[in-house]
Amino acid sequence: MALRAGGRWARPGSALRGRCSGPRRAGDAPRHRHLREALRKIIDKEINPFVDKWEEEGQFPAHKVFKILGQAGFLGVDKPTEYGGMGLDFSYNIAVAEELGNVRCGGIPMAIGVQAGMATPALTRFGSHELKKQFLVPTIAGDFVACLGISEDGAGSDVANIKTTAVRKGDEYVINGGKMWITSGSQADWMCLLANTSKGPPHQNKSLICLPMNLPGIHVAKKIDKLGMRSSDTAQIFFEDVRVPCKNLIGEEGKGFTYQMLQFQEERLWGVATALTPMETIIQETIDYTGQRKVFGQPVLHNQTVHFRLAELATEVELLRSLLHRAVALYVEGNDVTKFASMAKLKAGRLTREVTDSCLQFWGGMGFTNEVLVSRFYRDLRLMSIGGGTDETMLSIICKYMDILPRK
Amino acid sequence: MAALRVLVGVKRVIDFAVKVRVAPGGAAVQTQGVKHSLNPFCEIALEEAVRLREAGAAAEVVVATLGTKASQETLRTALAMGADRAVLAELAEGAAAGPREVAVALAALARRLQPQLVLLGKQAIDDDCNQTGQILAAILDWPQGTFASRVSLEPGAVQVQREVDGGLETLRLRLPAVLTADLRLNEPRYATLPNIMKAKKKPLEVVPAADLGVPAGPPRLRLLQLQEPPPRAGGEKVESVESLLGKLRHAGRI
Repeated sequence: MALRAGGRWARPGSALRGRCSGPRRAGDAPRHRHLREALRKIIDKEINPFVDKWEEEGQFPAHKVFKILGQAGFLGVDKPTEYGGMGLDFSYNIAVAEELGNVRCGGIPMAIGVQAGMATPALTRFGSHELKKQFLVPTIAGDFVACLGISEDGAGSDVANIKTTAVRKGDEYVINGGKMWITSGSQADWMCLLANTSKGPPHQNKSLICLPMNLPGIHVAKKIDKLGMRSSDTAQIFFEDVRVPCKNLIGEEGKGFTYQMLQFQEERLWGVATALTPMETIIQETIDYTGQRKVFGQPVLHNQTVHFRLAELATEVELLRSLLHRAVALYVEGNDVTKFASMAKLKAGRLTREVTDSCLQFWGGMGFTNEVLVSRFYRDLRLMSIGGGTDETMLSIICKYMDILPRK
Repeated sequence: MAALRVLVGVKRVIDFAVKVRVAPGGAAVQTQGVKHSLNPFCEIALEEAVRLREAGAAAEVVVATLGTKASQETLRTALAMGADRAVLAELAEGAAAGPREVAVALAALARRLQPQLVLLGKQAIDDDCNQTGQILAAILDWPQGTFASRVSLEPGAVQVQREVDGGLETLRLRLPAVLTADLRLNEPRYATLPNIMKAKKKPLEVVPAADLGVPAGPPRLRLLQLQEPPPRAGGEKVESVESLLGKLRHAGRI
């Protein structure tokens, strides 16, 4: 019986669907179950019904969505309770990330990732109490939209090469330069900014600063028109003599690079987690479609090349999930999981391309339209090999851990 | 109005979004490995009870269900939505229960807990019986307000607006009373993460169903057969009334 409209996403029924959305699959911890169900309700009701519209408009209402998530407690899952967080361990963050994979686009989970896990870890660990009250509390509550200002036009993978400066004048920093690829940049209330605060060795002369985005001299130059992640606004931003109080410095001057490096493991594991459910969804929708689409008198799915390939892809998704859960478990115990996190990110970047590419092919002409999910994820998930650390960067890190990177 | 206790009865049902299948044998529905959740009308009843407590009109919300051990999850969800404590009237694995059995269990709990108000969903979305509230009120000999779309407590009474075939009917019932919730009574809240964590520590009592007088043995209602509706066949357009009548006659329909 129909209860109320909205929330329920109509999909072709299938034998597998009951099991997929059923009680948690082996490996999904029972302790995460209620969290995931509660988050799923919010996704089904407050996010998914509007995704098509927001994709077309090129922006989702971050303040509105983050307020809903913040009120429900999902933006500060592993943050201290003193600042409104839940004080839970990182595995709960990953459970949130996996459940966000039910959003029918990549842009919104990515923006949530910035809000909940990328703009705030350094502030949480190293920021002063005052700074946390001013910036961390409203970010966890969903009242402030946060963004992360690291990458620049001339420095992406090569973070040490950024050119933005923050020069101390009295009790202020004067900031000049610019940032690129800033997720939620045109909606953000504050930015966690990495800038050069002194001359000296490039890994020791940078600092992290909490930068309110309404200060004079900050120009959001443009919203970048991207291939995918279209519901997430991405900005290019310039700074012209922007003045910010010195007390907005996070932790110690010169330690900014180190602080930011520390959270990369978490950022990469989060990214992998958000990619798993979309891949499963695409595989399932491809099964449903090819099961009823007939070509030369029989369903496309009946061709061995199709069902065997789907089986291969499903196998690889499970393998990636296993690596993710293994890395998370080790991390929660206090281990350094840089190598596993890099391996998982590398694999995720490649597997998402394989899954979406193969499945899109099986959809034929329909796969080439904007009316289906597979083409959206083909575009959105292509970013996995580039953003958050390129495949090439991951390979370098793994080589370093294998001790096979040529020494300079 | 102090110390007013509300007892909310809930049911664990197959999630509304699942495509239900008949289990082999044709006597039951496939439940193994299928997603279950709190019955939506029970959720609305629970939301109303929690709002009464938040408004100061009620002091405590107790949520209860008759079910197997798996129903504990449903009770935890109810606790996360704001119930103060929970009671599971536990059935053995594989045992079944219908409206009468549930009403017997809730009546026993009502006698034990002395609530002034019992709130139920108007019906469960799996069997659509719409009987439990009514049977319960009869067993307890309490007034009943079914299909409630608005509820307001007064000293010693409750005013309830009911959605009935003719429109809206408003009754005033002396307390204690049984109400069943209809769709438009309220919009249930999301269980927030802090409340989900708090719910893990709230009391959940397990009582064997037999202790509450629920008769062992098969329920009064016996399901004879279950089958899926025939697949929808295509229709056919006709050009005239004569043609329509001819086709209907030919198909043996008239």
